[in-house]
Amino acid sequence: MSEQTDTLLTADYADTAEARDATRIADEPTDVGLPRGLLNPPDAPSGQGLPDWFLTSRAQAWQSFEALEMPARTEQAWRFASLGKIKLQAYHAPLPVAGEVADRLIERSVGNTTVAGKMVFANDALLDRRLFSPELAAQGVIWKPLEAAVVEHADLFRKHFMVQEAVLGSQKFAALHRAHVRTGTFLYVPKNVEIALPLEVFHWLSGEAGSSFPHTLIIAEAGSKVTLVDYFESDRSEETGFACAVNDLIIGPGAKLTYVCAQNWGEKVVSFQINSTTVERDAAAMSLHLNLGASYARLESLSRLVGAGGRSDMLAATVTQGDQEFDQRTLQDHVQPHTTSDLLYKNSLSDTAKTVFAGLIRVQPEAQHTDAYQKVRNLMLSDDAEANSMPGLEILADEVRCTHGATSGHVDDEELFYLLSRGISHKAAQELIVHGFLNEVLERLPDAHATPKLGALLAEKFARMKRQQSPAA
Amino acid sequence: MNQSLVIKDLHVSIGDKPIVKGLNLEVPKGEVHAIMGLNGSGKSTLAKAIAGHPDYTITSGTVRLDGEDILGLEADARSRAGLFLAFQYPSEIPGVSNANFIRAALQARLGEGEELEAVDYYHRLYEKMDMLEIRRDFTARSVNEGFSGGEKKRNEILQMAMLEPSYAILDETDSGLDIDALKIVAHGVNTLKGPNLGVLLITHYQRLLNYIVPDQVHVMMDGRIVHSGDKSLALELDEKGYDWITPAELAAA
Repeated sequence: MSEQTDTLLTADYADTAEARDATRIADEPTDVGLPRGLLNPPDAPSGQGLPDWFLTSRAQAWQSFEALEMPARTEQAWRFASLGKIKLQAYHAPLPVAGEVADRLIERSVGNTTVAGKMVFANDALLDRRLFSPELAAQGVIWKPLEAAVVEHADLFRKHFMVQEAVLGSQKFAALHRAHVRTGTFLYVPKNVEIALPLEVFHWLSGEAGSSFPHTLIIAEAGSKVTLVDYFESDRSEETGFACAVNDLIIGPGAKLTYVCAQNWGEKVVSFQINSTTVERDAAAMSLHLNLGASYARLESLSRLVGAGGRSDMLAATVTQGDQEFDQRTLQDHVQPHTTSDLLYKNSLSDTAKTVFAGLIRVQPEAQHTDAYQKVRNLMLSDDAEANSMPGLEILADEVRCTHGATSGHVDDEELFYLLSRGISHKAAQELIVHGFLNEVLERLPDAHATPKLGALLAEKFARMKRQQSPAA
Repeated sequence: MNQSLVIKDLHVSIGDKPIVKGLNLEVPKGEVHAIMGLNGSGKSTLAKAIAGHPDYTITSGTVRLDGEDILGLEADARSRAGLFLAFQYPSEIPGVSNANFIRAALQARLGEGEELEAVDYYHRLYEKMDMLEIRRDFTARSVNEGFSGGEKKRNEILQMAMLEPSYAILDETDSGLDIDALKIVAHGVNTLKGPNLGVLLITHYQRLLNYIVPDQVHVMMDGRIVHSGDKSLALELDEKGYDWITPAELAAA
């Protein structure tokens, strides 16, 4: 990639210069005192010219955060969740990383080989931004960090920024995000513009007990097409941390958006992800979550089908080990008729890991001729692991086709023997079967440019699992 | 050293039920032997027990490959020691591509830190696929998933061709094949046949033996070999059935 990149970078010089500015800000830590705890009101962001509404919204969000109760397990939205793992007082507000750390993280931000653009953030500061193809900027594609978009594209930004409230339980954490958010990705794809290659964003957490509030806002106008991949990564896997990400995907009439998130935080991180997708007439959304990291990871995913002919595919592949917990809550909300949603979540459970899936299909009274599918499959690799599945239907229209099902099973003995009989060791055979199980999710991704890195992240996770199982080796 | 697959006084049970009851057989390297018998005679149990399937308990006896007793080994180690079983009903492995599966099997035969060379691997794989008239797109398809009966059996022979075992047991590889598929499979086996391979064909039809000519034919009944002969025995069985093999011969065996 590098050679081609360099030439194109010159063409995109203005963008690069801006990115360097941002880097400089990140280089010079201004907070020299004690790091501020997450439970203190956040500092005002240092960005210049931030509009009043934005600053007011942060202050109000902080008040909401303080006013809202911590969730309790007695609430349906938090049933089975290990709330004890969430200790907000243990973390401090995002701190800028030192220059050499920034350089290292930029270097480590390697995704797929052929991409259209890239941004790298660490502890909520932009380190690097590129748009590899100058035509895209000429076509009106906006690829900017949030703090720039809020100033330079004020109306567009304000119209869409966190308009959809969190409805799946994490209102308090959404308020915390809104109070702390200072950067993230803003992607605007104008009408009928198709971006063939994926755009990639890296969010890094660096430093013990740090925090991050990644934000992704994508507006795909009518007839456009785009793929974006978010990578959530930890600088050092042994560090604790707290991450609370929000992403809003707005897909205009006839547009196609593929959103991939590889959640690969270190396994001591507590992670929240609040996703909402709005699918307009004849538009198609596909989201894929590869869930590998964190000690407790909560994923809330909402798809609203607000225009006839809209379609949303919601995919997740989750690999657990140790006592990791993945808490997944989804809502397929059919607002308009002739809409389709198809959810497939697969979990592979090892050791004493735990998964929770609570998914609702809601078909509103107007949403006749809805097709809604929901499938959850748990592959149990350990008798001590725990998978909780709570599928739900709320159907208020008459002419609908809905199916849902949750299954849990072990590795099939005959499949295993078949692989053994070819000389493949028990461990490698089990790994192949788990790989295959998850591949069925990854293979649904239409964008082949986005998949190799996902495969590599999966392989790394398996390698980590192998090391933990046999520490002597 | 004895260059043979030698089975001595083998007893195999499923749960408490004895199925193989003192079976003796020797397949020298370079030869093709056939075991024929009716359903329920214990043929498939013999095949799976030798391959190390955990549901089959070997209560006594020995199985040696070139003198080495393999019964103490796990199924994967038996395979790496040179044994191959072509399954009557091969499993489907969703999401695992055929190419990755075979590559994993070959990788398992390499030492720590050794990596299979990808270009050579595909070169060999395509060569063997061509021999078995397997389309190239089968490399990307999930193992046996959605394969027809004939495609599954060809895929078994493909694995055998790639793994180059010293001894191969083909468990009813002819079942469910039309004549064209049978010819392709037979051509594959005949191509692989040679001084470094011993083959044990398990079948209940003589048909397969028109295409893969055995050096010896054995009749299995009630968990034992009760009669052995040359290839003409298969024709005799096809013509006369199994009834003529008398209980006296059974007792003598």
